[in-house]
Order: sequence, then structure tokens, then C-alpha cells
Amino acid sequence: MAQRALSETRTAEDQAFARSLAARHFRGAVWERFFQAAIVIGIVALLALMFNTVNRIVGLVAVQEAIHPSEISDVPLEQLSAEQLAAILTERLPSGGRVLVRDGLLGGADYYNANNTLTMGQFLPDVTLPESVASKKLSELQPEDTQALFVAAMDKNTLLDEVYDQVVGRDVVGSWPLTASLFNRADIEAEIAADHPNATLQWNSWLDLQFLVDSMSNTPADTGIRTAFLGTIWVLLLTLLVSFPLGVGTALYLEEYSSGNNWLERFIETNIRNLAGVPSIIYGLLGLAIFVRTLESITQGRTVISAALTMALLILPVIIINAQEALRAVPPSIREASFGLGATKWQTIWNQVLPAAMPGILTGTILGMSRAIGETAPLIIIGAATFIVKDPNSPVSKFTVIPIQIYNWAKQPGGQYQDIAAAGIVLLLIVLLLFNATAIILRQRFRRSLSA
Amino acid sequence: MTTTNGATAIDLKSVKVFYNDKLAVDDVNIPIYHNKITAFIGPSGCGKSTVLRSINRMNDLIPGARVEGQVLYHNKNLYGDNVDPVEVRRRIGMVFQKPNPFPKSIYDNVAYGPRLLGIRDRRTLDEIVERSIKGAYLWDEVKDDLKKSGLALSGGQQQRLCIARTIAVEPDVILMDEPASALDPIATQAIEELMRELVKQYTIVIVTHNMQQAQRVSDYTAFFSIRKAEETGGQERRWGVLGEYAPTDQLFSNPKAEETERYIRGEFG
Ligand SMILES: Nc1ncnc2c1ncn2[C@@H]1O[C@H](COP(=O)(O)OP(=O)(O)OP(=O)(O)O)[C@@H](O)[C@H]1O
Ligand SMILES: [Mg+2]
Repeated sequence: MAQRALSETRTAEDQAFARSLAARHFRGAVWERFFQAAIVIGIVALLALMFNTVNRIVGLVAVQEAIHPSEISDVPLEQLSAEQLAAILTERLPSGGRVLVRDGLLGGADYYNANNTLTMGQFLPDVTLPESVASKKLSELQPEDTQALFVAAMDKNTLLDEVYDQVVGRDVVGSWPLTASLFNRADIEAEIAADHPNATLQWNSWLDLQFLVDSMSNTPADTGIRTAFLGTIWVLLLTLLVSFPLGVGTALYLEEYSSGNNWLERFIETNIRNLAGVPSIIYGLLGLAIFVRTLESITQGRTVISAALTMALLILPVIIINAQEALRAVPPSIREASFGLGATKWQTIWNQVLPAAMPGILTGTILGMSRAIGETAPLIIIGAATFIVKDPNSPVSKFTVIPIQIYNWAKQPGGQYQDIAAAGIVLLLIVLLLFNATAIILRQRFRRSLSA
Repeated sequence: MTTTNGATAIDLKSVKVFYNDKLAVDDVNIPIYHNKITAFIGPSGCGKSTVLRSINRMNDLIPGARVEGQVLYHNKNLYGDNVDPVEVRRRIGMVFQKPNPFPKSIYDNVAYGPRLLGIRDRRTLDEIVERSIKGAYLWDEVKDDLKKSGLALSGGQQQRLCIARTIAVEPDVILMDEPASALDPIATQAIEELMRELVKQYTIVIVTHNMQQAQRVSDYTAFFSIRKAEETGGQERRWGVLGEYAPTDQLFSNPKAEETERYIRGEFG
């Protein structure tokens, strides 16, 4: 070692020093190894999680069709015009397509039965229909009327989907994870040949654009996450809108205005710290009692706003505590300088203290929002809908969120549901990363504006 | 240096300062003359900063600090009932021991005070910023890069930026607490020259540990010293008092109190 060269004389004292120095270095090296091991374990766990998820999302699926498309049309269905597709629907579906009109366009059997005296024109005021069609009731429609109705009310892609769904009857009868698809293809083909002789094998990714933009359906192959995705976005934005100003405001009051000397303020501070550790399900019960039941006249019950308020309560302690720490870390010299120039307390807080504390406040907000994105328990308690097809479009809409959707799919029997659950998980992670990336970029901009 | 008595800008009358009901400075009486530099000297802990901060009510910001007696400004007691400390600090500015520019651009640092007063017009602000930075003899060094962060300047430049920031609101009095103690000799000289310039327009009070500096720049000097008393229970109680106040030449050449003489000869403190 280099150190040894320094002590040529080798007195007893030198030797003792060399020995103890070696021991000191050794202790440091042991800890360094330990820290390295910790990070390696973390990375391995993360990779395993990612592998498991991706393994489920991408792979081979066996697709079976009730009628082969070539029996319907000589050219591929994608090349047919809207009129031709509508003609196929009218020709091949029961009652000349009237069932599809009722369930697909008129709001379903229940809704139709309640309003069955209306004409098509009254049912569909937004659609421009030929007069001969508009004046008729459902029961009076002839096949050429339904065909005209389909062309007027649906675009070509929707018509194509309907042909595939209703006429061709495309159905996924088996799915395999990525590893099996890559290495056991022969076995899979044998299995298919035995169980579903008409089915064909093809590659499939469950996480695709269709998955994002489709709403819920009870066949796994057609289902999408749009409704839950929008639900998550609505809940998160409202949560942020409520908890950020409230949390920062509370922290500002506690740090900058209250003296912190009286017992009430100390009591409040202690309890905010304790609240951060309360299990989320308790917040769910609280939200159910207050926002869903007591304030039902305002929140309309089990709605986006009830969920957002509950989530806001849940993450408030995290935001408050982090904001307090950030405010405390603002150097006193900045405050003194501001006051020394004749700033009022509010001017000092607004112009100097808040900007300097903003990176820390945003860190706390990121932590809080990350928690809110993944929370499921409180939302199940306050009763987020588990199967809805209507997108949330206001704070008082019924809603579901991605984690609940994942949970519902994951508990269904059948491998394909596990696959779409995996696709949902990846989407959830993407939303989480997007939110955090936004906050981190904001934080960096504040940091940069503060430093030299 | 002149020693003729002009009008006073500020009169400290029987000022006592307490921290958490413990006496820190007892019974200080000092006149602070208009357009003159008054220096506070004395051993560490004698209460120079405490008295200085009591002049523009910066002590209000310290929990537990309390001021008794009167600080008269234009014959008005700054600790009177209907005095707003915000207005006091706008008239009596302060420069701190450690340069403390805001983490903002040079321009925004200097424009901060005027903006607090509600000045928004860009042209007016530009004028004020240029005049103030020139007044702090910093203009030639920063004029090309006013957008640069104030923290990117050297220590001496930062302190002059803080002075520019203070004069941008055109106070009557500028309090400086050891403004050059964190600086090298060249930066210190720049600050001292700047003070001699500024005193033509402003009244200045400066705290310093540097005897030569006090002699070089100040017109009047107040020497503070420490009193001690044995408490019941064997504990020692210490507080600061005004030891001597006189025109600077006189205090250094012909100190009245023996204590002052020993301090300026460097025998204690
Ligand atoms: N914020 C405070 N809280 C309690 N006591 C304080 C506070 N500031 C100062 N003191 C006490 O008041 C006395 C005077 O302090 P002060 O800072 O005014 O001395 P000083 O003369 O400026 O010293 P120095 O030359 O070291 O800056 C000291 O005994 C100090 O302990
Ligand atoms: Mg001091």
C-alpha cells in the first residue's frame, strides 16, 4: 500500500497505525460491498417484475372464426366499402340487422322497450337519415332501411369491427406467454390442432392502441381500458387540484405563521405525522362516511369527486410534511435580505420563500401522487364501479380506475384475463412515469432558476 | 475627518435589548449624525449587531427579542404604537455580514426592492437598476450580463450587489453589519471606498472588528464593552453596554476610558 511508504522508520507506533488503518479501510470496503449488493438486488427484482409483465403481454394467440371471411366476400373485408359492409350486416344478422340497431344504436333492449313508440328520426336526432328511414319505427324497418341506417350512423371502421364481431365471430380461444411462444411453438401447434382444428395461430400484443381506446367489454379480446384510464386521469387531476393548495397552505401556516409554541399547534403537527402512517383503507371508510354519504347532495355519491377528495385526504400528510421540510430548509439569510429591503411577510413568502422551497414541495407532491395512482383499497370502499362502459366526463360521473380494473381482470378465470391485467399494469406504470416525469422536469426548472 | 455636529438622523435613547427576557444590551445612548459614518466596535458578543438590528426593527423577526427605550427617527419613536416595521426597513436599509443575494438574476436582485413598492414599468426599473449598480461601483463588471445569477458573482461583487440592492429603494440610512469581514483585502478596499462615496447621500452605520477600518472610514465611533455579574447559584451573567462614544479621531487618539484604550491597543477582545 502507498501509505506504508510514508513510514520508513517502522517504529512500534507506525506498525500499530498501519494495522489500524488497514482495519479502517476494510470496514469501509465491507459497507461498500453491502450497498452494491442492495442495489443489485433491487435491480434484479425490478427486472423480474418487468419480465413477468412483458411475458404476459406479448405472445401467440389462437384465433378461431365461426365463418371464414372468404365465405362472406371474395376480397379481404378491409377492402369493402361502407355500403358493402352494411349490406353484409343486414344480410347475415337476425331480423335483417334490427337487433344490432336496437342494441348498438338505440341504447339496448331496456331503453328501447321504454321508448318503443318513437321513430328512428326521434331516436337519432344527430344522424342525417333518409326521410323514408327517419319516419319509421324499429319494427317497420326493411332490410334496405337498416342498411341505410348503418351507413349513416357508423363509420367504416366501426362497421368493419361489427362485421368481425357479429358475422365472422372472431374469438381468441387460447393465449400463450412470450417464453412459451418463442421456445415451445411446436407443442402449442399440436395443442391447437387437437383442441381447435379451425383456429389459426398469430402473434399478438395485448397492450396496443385498441386496448387504450376501447371501452370495457365482456370478451377479453375486445376489452379496453379507456374508461378506467380516463377515470384515473380524472381522479388524479382533481386530487392534485385539491391536495396541492391545501397541503402547501397548511405547511405555510404551520411553518411561517404559527408560532409553534402553543399546545394546539404542537398537537396538530404531531398528528399530521401520525396520519401519514394510517392504513389507506381507513381513509376509504372516512371518505365513504363523509363524501359519499353525508355530502351526497354535493358529491352525488360514488363519484369522481368523492374519490378525489378521499385521495386528497390520504396524500395530504405526505405533501404537508415534505413542504414543511422544504420551507424549513430555506436559508434564513434570504428571508432577512427580503425583510431588510422593506418586504412584507407575504411578499417575502411569495417572492423568496416559496420559489426556494418549490423543488422540495414538488418532491413531496410526486411522492403523494405516486401513492394516489396505485391506491385501490380506499376506492373499493367508497365504491368505484367495477364494470362501467360510460366514460367519466364530469366530477360527478361514476367511474372506475386502472388499479381496480387490473384487480377485476386478475381475479377472472382464464389466461387471457391475466394477459390484459398485465397490459393494464404496464399502462399504469406508464401513467405513473409520465406524472413523475412532469413533476421532475418542473422541479429541475425551479432548481436551475435558483442556482447560479 | 470632520467632527462638527450636524443634525442627527437617528437618536438611540436608553435602548435596552432582551433575548427571552435575558438582558443582552443595557442603556445605549448614541446620536447618529446625518451624512456621516458611525462605526460600532467592541469585543465579540458585546451586542453590536443587536443594537444595529434594533435600529431598523430587524429584531422583530427574532422570536423572544424585545427592545425597550426609544429609537428616534426624525423625532419619531420607531417603536411607537403606530409605526409599521415594513416602512422602517424601507427607510433604513441593511447590508449583512455574509453576502446574501437572492437566487435570481443580478437585475432581479436590484429590481426587487422597487418592485416591492409596486414599480412595474420596465423603463423606470431599468433606470433604477442601472443607477443603483453604478452607485455600488459594480456596473462595469456586470453591465453586459445582468441576466446572470447573482450567486455567480465573486464574494466582493456579491456584497456590492447587496449594497446596490439596498440603495435601489433609496433609504435614508444604511446599516452594515461587518460588510467586509468575508472579503479579501482588495474587495474590502473597494467596499470602504464605496462607503466614503455613499456617505455623501446616505447616513451609514457600520459594525466592524477591524480597528483600522473604523479609523479609515468612520466619522464617529461607538465602543461597546461587556459587563459581567455573578448570579445567585454561581452562574455568570453577561451583557453589553456602551463604553464610549466620540468622534473617531478623538476616540482613537485620546480615549477617555481605560477600557477603550486597552481594546484599541488590542489587549483584549
Ligand atoms: N437570536 C438570539 N437569541 C438569543 N441571544 C442572542 C441572539 N442573538 C444574539 N444573542 C446574544 O446577545 C449578545 C450580543 O450578541 P450580538 O450578536 O449582538 O454580538 P456582537 O457584538 O454582534 O458579536 P460579534 O462581534 O461576534 O458579531 C450575545 O450574548 C448573544 O449570545
Ligand atoms: Mg455581530
